[in-house]
Amino acid sequence: MDYLSTIFQEVYKILFLLIPVLVSVAMIVWLDRRVWAFVQKRQGPNVVGPFGLLQSLADALKYIFKEIIIPASSNKVIFILAPIITMTLALISWAVIPFGVDQVLANINVGILYIFAVSSLGVYGIIMGGWASNSKYPFLGAIRSAAQMVSYEVSIGIIIINVLLCVGSLNLNDIVIAQKNMWFIIPLFPMFVIFFISALAETNRPPFDLPEAEAELVAGYQTEYSGMMYAMFWLGEYANILLMCALGSILFLGGWLSPIDLYPFNILPGALWLVLKILLLFFLFALVKAIVPRYRYDQLMRLGWKIFLPFSLIYVVLTASYLFYFNLLPIN
Amino acid sequence: MKVSRFFKTILMVDFIGGLIIAIRELFKSKKTINYPFEKGKISPRFRGEHALRRYPNGEERCIACKLCEAVCPAQAITIESTEREDGSRKTTRYDIDMMKCIYCGLCEESCPVDAIVQGPNFEFSTETREELYYTKEKLLDNGDRWENILAANIKADNPYR
Repeated sequence: MDYLSTIFQEVYKILFLLIPVLVSVAMIVWLDRRVWAFVQKRQGPNVVGPFGLLQSLADALKYIFKEIIIPASSNKVIFILAPIITMTLALISWAVIPFGVDQVLANINVGILYIFAVSSLGVYGIIMGGWASNSKYPFLGAIRSAAQMVSYEVSIGIIIINVLLCVGSLNLNDIVIAQKNMWFIIPLFPMFVIFFISALAETNRPPFDLPEAEAELVAGYQTEYSGMMYAMFWLGEYANILLMCALGSILFLGGWLSPIDLYPFNILPGALWLVLKILLLFFLFALVKAIVPRYRYDQLMRLGWKIFLPFSLIYVVLTASYLFYFNLLPIN
Repeated sequence: MKVSRFFKTILMVDFIGGLIIAIRELFKSKKTINYPFEKGKISPRFRGEHALRRYPNGEERCIACKLCEAVCPAQAITIESTEREDGSRKTTRYDIDMMKCIYCGLCEESCPVDAIVQGPNFEFSTETREELYYTKEKLLDNGDRWENILAANIKADNPYR
């Protein structure tokens, strides 16, 4: 009986986190399309609900009622598993995102490592989907995507080392609290820029949307998917984008801390500030989508391995030597 | 030259310029319209759905001269005619196959009595092919429905004909 109540409590907490995340994924898709349209001086989705806010729900409903087509020559088990894995992995990372001092589902001491590990696994969903489709475009798209995500994860890892040097803890809440006096975006601004660009590449957003480059690869690894399975890929992708925005705001923009530690601001709930910061970052994501052309594959690899990786490595050395020289290293 | 380009790349000058332009465009007025609710302006010369017009006293204009049938490049028009009791020649059949029609407007131009005209309506898609074989009744009905606009359009376009 005691077990059962604990399980129910946990499930309740999980749903309390998961449902807002899923709803905000739907809203964020709307925001993305709307910003994209506005930059191009179009109207964007504005018919379903007020300002078209319910557009994503209408789309989801459409996907639910569509037929799921499984190609005859595909590896059926893996084909069905791939979107499930993508979506699950995109959602479980949210367990460690802190929305306040103690408003976190799992306050584990290796939070950042957990997020990093899960987002590394994310590539499996894509490569499984591409391989199991048994068709050339999904396969090529999946290979590109795998190579891209692996390369940019390396530079994200090194950027995170920069932040960890300043914090001295892998706990996400500690990372936020360490920014009480100064957000890390100020001393580590170049790292923030590289993190942002790497996050674009990591989540297959333009200008790094090579895996779905429609001109060459139809729709990349999603080509053979239809109905709800396609929608799950799509949900996973946007949940990942939101997660990257959340990670960016926790690592560099002070997470749930208010921007100014003054009376009217610091009584507002931390979750609100985190959501605002996530929205700001996502707005940048959407703007970037509207203004940049797609990278060529070799340019993408050159940017990742020959520019970002050495640059962030040099910055690690700089940060470490600065902290060591001025005796600022956080030693607990 | 190379140095300035290096700094331009490092500081992402072009990218930030693009972002500023994008943010500026974000607040400008939209160039597109909400189509089913708002419609773009169309010229009086617009070649849309066909209509057969009548004289104000209710008599059909068409005199069955078959010029439109002859000029039609897609051969979409079929006309049969007979002599009425009062001695005038009138059509007994006037069919337009709207799927053959290429909306070139030659029928309208060839008509000596402004009977067959192309109106401003472009939203006449149907669910079956059969509905797109327009008969004389359908065309006359169109003419009655759109008469005010058709007459105004012909008048507006007259100086340029």
